[in-house]
Amino acid sequence: MVSFLRFLINGISLGSVYAIIALGYTMVYGIAKMLNFAHGDVIMVGAYIAFCAMQYLGLPPLVAVLAAMVFCTVLGMVIEGLAYRPLRQATKLAVLITAIGVSYLLQNTALLIWSSNPKVFPSVFNIGTIRLFDGNLVISSETILTIVANIVIMIALTLFTGRTKMGKAMRAVSEDRGAAELMGINVNRTISLTFAIGSALAAIAGVLLCSAYPTLQPTTGSMPGIKAFTAAVFGGIGSIPGAMIGGLLLGIIEILGKAYISTELGDALVFAVLIVVLLFKPAGLLGKPMREKV
Amino acid sequence: MKFNKAIVAVILAIVMIMGLASAAMAEDALKIGVIGPFTGAAAIYGNACKYGAEVAVEEINAIGGLQIELLEEDDEHDAEKSLNAYNTVLDKGAQMIAGTTTTTPCIAVGAQANEDRIFMLTPSASSVDVIDGKDNVFQVCFTDPAQGSASAKYITEHQLATKVAIIYNNADAYSTGIYQTFVEEAANLGLEIVSETTFTDETNDFSVQVAAAKDAGADLVFLPIYYTPASLILATAKSMDYAPVFFGVDGMDGILTMEGFDASLAEGVFMLTPFSADAQDERTQAFVARYQELTGEIPNQFAADCYDAVWALWNASMLAGIDGSTAPEDACELLIEQFTGDLEIIGLTGTMTWDETGAVTKTPTAVVIQDGAYVGFNG
Repeated sequence: MVSFLRFLINGISLGSVYAIIALGYTMVYGIAKMLNFAHGDVIMVGAYIAFCAMQYLGLPPLVAVLAAMVFCTVLGMVIEGLAYRPLRQATKLAVLITAIGVSYLLQNTALLIWSSNPKVFPSVFNIGTIRLFDGNLVISSETILTIVANIVIMIALTLFTGRTKMGKAMRAVSEDRGAAELMGINVNRTISLTFAIGSALAAIAGVLLCSAYPTLQPTTGSMPGIKAFTAAVFGGIGSIPGAMIGGLLLGIIEILGKAYISTELGDALVFAVLIVVLLFKPAGLLGKPMREKV
Repeated sequence: MKFNKAIVAVILAIVMIMGLASAAMAEDALKIGVIGPFTGAAAIYGNACKYGAEVAVEEINAIGGLQIELLEEDDEHDAEKSLNAYNTVLDKGAQMIAGTTTTTPCIAVGAQANEDRIFMLTPSASSVDVIDGKDNVFQVCFTDPAQGSASAKYITEHQLATKVAIIYNNADAYSTGIYQTFVEEAANLGLEIVSETTFTDETNDFSVQVAAAKDAGADLVFLPIYYTPASLILATAKSMDYAPVFFGVDGMDGILTMEGFDASLAEGVFMLTPFSADAQDERTQAFVARYQELTGEIPNQFAADCYDAVWALWNASMLAGIDGSTAPEDACELLIEQFTGDLEIIGLTGTMTWDETGAVTKTPTAVVIQDGAYVGFNG
């Protein structure tokens, strides 16, 4: 029973990292209607910036996170402006391919700057651990921090898109870009802001990811990025609570699958569950089914 | 004018004498080609090997008797360039090759050398493919999978553990190969394996694997993997208050060089390696001192492997009666005879014998990490 609880907590810990990345995916998809495959790599860049700020400039962790957020926000807006905006009227496939291109560009630039030698991310948020059941159940502060960060970000995003003027503009762009433009909404600025928020989230996700799993390489963001994308689809892409639930479930299934079925089948199991869910609920757990209008 | 002519004549005469002298010297000296990456991303290995070989040559030439001349060529860890380097050293008169340093080039050069009948002794190319099906290619280092059985032997002999857990990368041939030979040897030796778990290159959560080892009560965790995932496993174990003995192989080498790595995590980690620079015997210390003079660095296992390779070639050549005038093809057959016979070389990396596959047999040794440095283990 204790070991089950421990695996559950490990699963929640892994899942909350997926969830925080998935929030960025789902946010951009929900509003700009594009899959930003470079999201995982923005996470990696954010982690490197935070690493450099702490290791080379000796900045305190919170300042380092802020620096990473600022850098990634600018990076996200630059990527959107240079790579995606010119393709606003192009086919979805063209945008998708461009996103993959941006992903490779970021990875290889990181390879040039920071080399392929892995760096170990300092454990900045380690403020102690909680031990239960005679030390058989250990909950690290990183896990708690990630979960809290998730909940805060999810509530903040929901409030932002629901209550503020900018958030309403985002939803309008999401519903019907053409009509929104006719109503006087600056579509380009709205999408740019979406990328800015998504990338700032990526910076936070990068720091949390590397605090939980402290090796940092140019490829660090790619696999968690793909898993998080799966989580976003699982929960219903475009839905903010969906990303959170999808991420958590994915992490729990992965860890429990590895623990009770086989370490070799852990990943396969995750994707098998995804297929089953999509067979019964094609829009994901919390996704709204879209009807083609005739 | 006459004066100038005289000078020219004298100079010419000197040059000719020197030429003759050097030709005579080169005629007598055994010519060994050393090929490895002296530049590029793998330069650290090639240069270690080059300087290791040079220290060996200094020692051998100081003894007198059969002298050695090294012919060194850079291959930049590229199979194509390595073949060019191989042809270059042969053109310069190399009779045998101490190389190549890295695996991929070694497979290519080995195939060509097998056709040309040139003897090769690679210090450090550890894949089985390097020697597979080639009667003329031999290794100083253990083959990758042989590290598995060597580790099992070492753990049993030094009574490091009774219950062993293994965490390996089942997406990687290197890791899986070592895992298989470890399990086979462990069964022979009666070493109990209580947990076997796997991961892949993309895994970054090791909580399940470490928990499985902990729950099974393993007092040693065998990690036939590279140091990047190993660093995550060490961190995970620490967060679970789990402190078994961790035992790695050569893939673990480098863990202390990771930027930002907390060396206290690796405290007490064992690593199977043929060489530790702080060994107290006279020969190792002389080698380390001379190597440091040449390069300013502490020699690693590649330097020691290459040092041993040169000594082995020299010893075998002496026994077979090979000198600077022996044709490379003849030297090849004679050396094969020696290496598959009862040649025994006592080197820095252990006492070595070879069989006809080309693989080496020697006693496994290990180092343990203490205060962020490798220390020889005498248990």
